[in-house]
Amino acid sequence: MNPPSTGIADLGDLGLDQGGTLIVKRALSRLAPGERLAVAGHAHALQVQLRAWCREQGHVWAEAPVESARPPEPPSGAPIAGYLCAGATSRWNGAQPAGGTPGTSGDLIVDAPPQAWGLARRGAWVEAGGPSFHFPLATKDEVWADDAARIYAQAAAAQWNPGTAVDWQAKIDHPREIEEAVVQIMTYLVENETAALLVPARFLAQIHPHFREVLQVLAVQVSDEARHIEVFTRRAQLIAVDRPGLSTVGGQVSLKTLLDEPDFALASFLLSVLGEGTFLSLLQFLHDHAPDPITRQIARLSYLDEARHVAFGVAHLRRHAARDPGLRERLALAVQRRHATLQHTAGLNEEVFDALVLLAAGSWEPAAIGSGFDRVLALQEDMDAGRRRRLEGLGFSAREAANLSALHTRNFM
Amino acid sequence: MDRSNTLVLGAVAYDPKVVTIWDGFREYFGRAGLAFDTILYSNYERQVEGHLAGQIDVAWNSPLAWIETERVAQSRGRQAHAIAMRDTDCDLSSLIVVRADSGIRSLSDLRGRRVGVGAADSPQATLIPLLYLARETGLTPGRDFEVVEHDRLPGKHGDHIGGERDAAQALRAGLLDAVCMIDGNQLLFAREGTLAPGSTRILGQTGTYDHCNFTALDGDRPALIQRFRAELLAMSYDDPNVRPLLDLEGLKQWRAGRTSGYGLLNEAIDRTGYLDPWLQGMAAAMSDQR
Repeated sequence: MNPPSTGIADLGDLGLDQGGTLIVKRALSRLAPGERLAVAGHAHALQVQLRAWCREQGHVWAEAPVESARPPEPPSGAPIAGYLCAGATSRWNGAQPAGGTPGTSGDLIVDAPPQAWGLARRGAWVEAGGPSFHFPLATKDEVWADDAARIYAQAAAAQWNPGTAVDWQAKIDHPREIEEAVVQIMTYLVENETAALLVPARFLAQIHPHFREVLQVLAVQVSDEARHIEVFTRRAQLIAVDRPGLSTVGGQVSLKTLLDEPDFALASFLLSVLGEGTFLSLLQFLHDHAPDPITRQIARLSYLDEARHVAFGVAHLRRHAARDPGLRERLALAVQRRHATLQHTAGLNEEVFDALVLLAAGSWEPAAIGSGFDRVLALQEDMDAGRRRRLEGLGFSAREAANLSALHTRNFM
Repeated sequence: MDRSNTLVLGAVAYDPKVVTIWDGFREYFGRAGLAFDTILYSNYERQVEGHLAGQIDVAWNSPLAWIETERVAQSRGRQAHAIAMRDTDCDLSSLIVVRADSGIRSLSDLRGRRVGVGAADSPQATLIPLLYLARETGLTPGRDFEVVEHDRLPGKHGDHIGGERDAAQALRAGLLDAVCMIDGNQLLFAREGTLAPGSTRILGQTGTYDHCNFTALDGDRPALIQRFRAELLAMSYDDPNVRPLLDLEGLKQWRAGRTSGYGLLNEAIDRTGYLDPWLQGMAAAMSDQR
């Protein structure tokens, strides 16, 4: 015997070709396969359309009720057009939740999301049989930081507009040779920030979207670097000078080793922890000693962004190292390998070093130059201390940290 | 490929997706250990001729191609069988549709009017609805009312719904007084915006009929054909590997074939003599071979 009617879809005056299928589908969603639904409505030719629709959808249409079942009363008073028996086939058979808990809005992060979850929102139900994706970075251990959501929220809230956050009209009255030193440093910064944009951008497309917050952090990091490139370029071009900034082989070879590093953990270690960590000292130095307010402002704004990049790099590598005992050794080897690659290059170009001295001196007076020189030496010590502190934060011993810091590229980044 | 154990299916390439569909089926059958290949024909008549000439084991036939096969086979002392069909091939109907604001109130009001149909060889949009109109009203199509064909890809038996869509657009534009279409297309045309929802009225509905089937001829490698049929009927919409193929082909489930749903089309053919020239050509070709 057929089961009795268990529901009614009352379309009122709405036609099936006017969106009425939504009401029928809603009522059907409450039925198990084989259960029956009465459909009522005033619309012209409702039966004709329902019969065709049921056939396409895999439901069985019957114009007459089952004898044993009492037809339900349509609230609108519309006549019953007929009955349909819910089909057993559904594209949602075999679907699975992409993390999360069924029936809740929970947002459960799994350790190794299947590639088939693809681009699905965490917690969404994913239809089986979807396309195959290839996200090489697909385990939580490799990419996750418990702080990722907080770092992203902070980054999103701290975005600044290069057009308005900097007073580009501020007065610049230092001598032309000091300005040439500023241009040299800006030229160097743009080159380094370009590398810092490209490295996370490359890995961004490799990370499983299940780790949404990590994608978001890296995406903002890329956008941060785009702004840094903008303001450093704009500063370099603000005043015409006779000597252009220089781009050296040593600097580019050093940065290329970052671009060539295929391993996410190693690349983010070299770039974010060591490189951008070192840059924090440099940007603080520029903020303290730059000869004009514009340079001081852009150094300060960039510093705040870079500090977040460093925080994320340290956080995810610390978590990764806690779960993968071999990671620290690989990180150390990466520093040694990079050092070996770069040992025959010049490292930091002389012009950048000299420009930093001149910038900190503020004039060509021998005493001033001497004091600028001391400040740059202090800067390098500060950079070294920062690197050692972050390395120890990743679990390296003080001695290991000192050794690795000493091997860091002389190009700073 | 070893032809001796390969089932060869014939299908008509009415749309580029046909290649995708049958390549997918080849993979599916391959996984089940059944060697399978397809020959794509540009029109159903060529496919029917190929089937009778032994080029293929099974033909994926339109209802008209089924009748063509059945009749020619019979004339040659053979028998055709419908071995399987889609759930969506069963119990279709066609509609006679007018604009909602039209003054046409009954089928007999169509006298002297312009009635749009699909391709000349479309069972659903031409042959069956014209039979219905003739029977219900006593009017003779082409004499008592004008029949405006919307031919897209003749030889495809209306599989390409472009003809029906062209007719629906002509109705909307006021170029026609009524159009014939398969029942599901009224909803489809509303959903895609071809006809505004509520802008049309159904003037009449034909009786029910069946659509495509897989056709086999008696004597043709029965074990292989049975194996093919069994694998086909085992396909499940719940299987995510199979579901996209079934979606493309427009079904939820394969069913055993039946031939009880071709009465209306047979009658339409007999009444109009639509197939006579082609059947005569087939008979002549046969006697030439002798």
